[in-house]
Amino acid sequence: MPQVRIPTPLRPHTGGNDTVEAEGATVGAVLGQVGEKYPALRERIFDGAELRRFVNVYVNNEDIRYLDDLDTAVGEKDEVSIIPAVAGG
Amino acid sequence: MSDELASGLKCRLCGKLYPKEALNFCTDDFGPLEVVYDYDAVAASLSREVIRSRPRTMWRYRELLPIDGEPTVGLHVGCTPLVRADRLAKALGVEELYVKNDAVNHPSLSFKDRVVAVALSKAVELGFRTVGCASTGNLAGSVAANAAAAGLDAYILIPDGLEQGKVLGATIYGARVIAVEGNYDHVNRLCSQIAFKFGWGFVNVNLRPFYAEGSKSMGFEIAEDLGWRAPDNVVAPMAGGSLIGKLYKAFKEFEQLGIIDGPVSTKMFGAQATGCNPISNTVKTDALKVKPVRNPNTIAKSLAIGDPADGYFASQLIRETGGWSEDVDDEAIVAGMRLLAETEGIWAETAGGVTVAVAQKLLAQGRLSRDGSTVLCITGNGLKTQEALIERIAKPIVIKPKLEDFEALVEIGAPELVASAV
Repeated sequence: MPQVRIPTPLRPHTGGNDTVEAEGATVGAVLGQVGEKYPALRERIFDGAELRRFVNVYVNNEDIRYLDDLDTAVGEKDEVSIIPAVAGG
Repeated sequence: MSDELASGLKCRLCGKLYPKEALNFCTDDFGPLEVVYDYDAVAASLSREVIRSRPRTMWRYRELLPIDGEPTVGLHVGCTPLVRADRLAKALGVEELYVKNDAVNHPSLSFKDRVVAVALSKAVELGFRTVGCASTGNLAGSVAANAAAAGLDAYILIPDGLEQGKVLGATIYGARVIAVEGNYDHVNRLCSQIAFKFGWGFVNVNLRPFYAEGSKSMGFEIAEDLGWRAPDNVVAPMAGGSLIGKLYKAFKEFEQLGIIDGPVSTKMFGAQATGCNPISNTVKTDALKVKPVRNPNTIAKSLAIGDPADGYFASQLIRETGGWSEDVDDEAIVAGMRLLAETEGIWAETAGGVTVAVAQKLLAQGRLSRDGSTVLCITGNGLKTQEALIERIAKPIVIKPKLEDFEALVEIGAPELVASAV
């Protein structure tokens, strides 16, 4: 099952877990299932159906904006990472 | 001293308040956190007279820098020259031109010493013993140097393929320098995970709200050295897009405190390289979202951030102030470096070439006015980016130590005294 990495400061919303498992063939489906399991996390990363402006999501090492956004395909062994965008520079 | 002046952190999107802690984003909506000041209290203790009475370092504005006690790191940073650049002004056809020269900032020869002085002073206050950064090069050297002087352990993560001067300029200080396969955005993402996982103080990750405020000191100095006024135009290079916003914030804070006369009507102009232009592209296409650049490709490696954290805010600011943004290619960058060197005797790094060349382009377009006062922000030193020039600049001609050899050259004429570029 795909693994989803949670940013440390948001772990209180996933029962302290830094990685959670979720089923789904696309990033949107995987994050949707994570959101169902942890509604408090869902409202923090989504604004309606879209990711919030300062949330970046990666599949393995690639930013989904360079792939197919939330439609990006996710395989059984892939890792989806939620990363705060406000860093660096 | 200033412990009540910077009162906490606040989300720029939803306004949620946080205590002064090592956190860079709002845990409700991922918005950037910014330091909150009690400006009434600042006004009661900061004035032109107080500033003038203090040593010439960035800390003369310390009430507007977010540390609680006395600074402990980077005590000699700042107050770099604001050079009246008449020869460059003539070459560009501008009335009143200045170069703010952070190429000679102490100790590591870039504007990054400003942000690092604040971030590491804050890191010490928060009890961190290990610090770090994600860097395109200048920050690497600054964190390494300032951490060494403060006795802190430093982890410096950089993209592989950086200029040798920047790599050596971090390693020499004993920092652990790690080159990551990929570009800056890959490094940055990794650092976001490392900082929180290991509980270290990464200056541009979890310490970023404090760090970013350090850039304001460049704006305070510009306003003070112009005789307590904000310039009509500022041209600043953009990588993550933070500096340009903090320069403007500095002018606005001085205005709010009555330190300069308002209203501030400075137009902010942002400079990028064409090979990595996510912010200038946003401005030029009037887009609402910043489209990241997947594979930055420019000799201005210090500006090669494809996914700029403050790109959205920088493009908004440029629009709101009536400024504009442009980008230039590698040849124009080198030409800009040469023009600055040949007219003002200032050897800037590639990013400085970007700033000069973009100013030239904006003047030709009529976007940047030839009238009024204009400040070009030079943020790094040419000694660190020699690779960009080595194939493009003439090499000296070689002669024997004989007077006749030299005389023969003079007879040929001055241009022949220098061999053509290889």
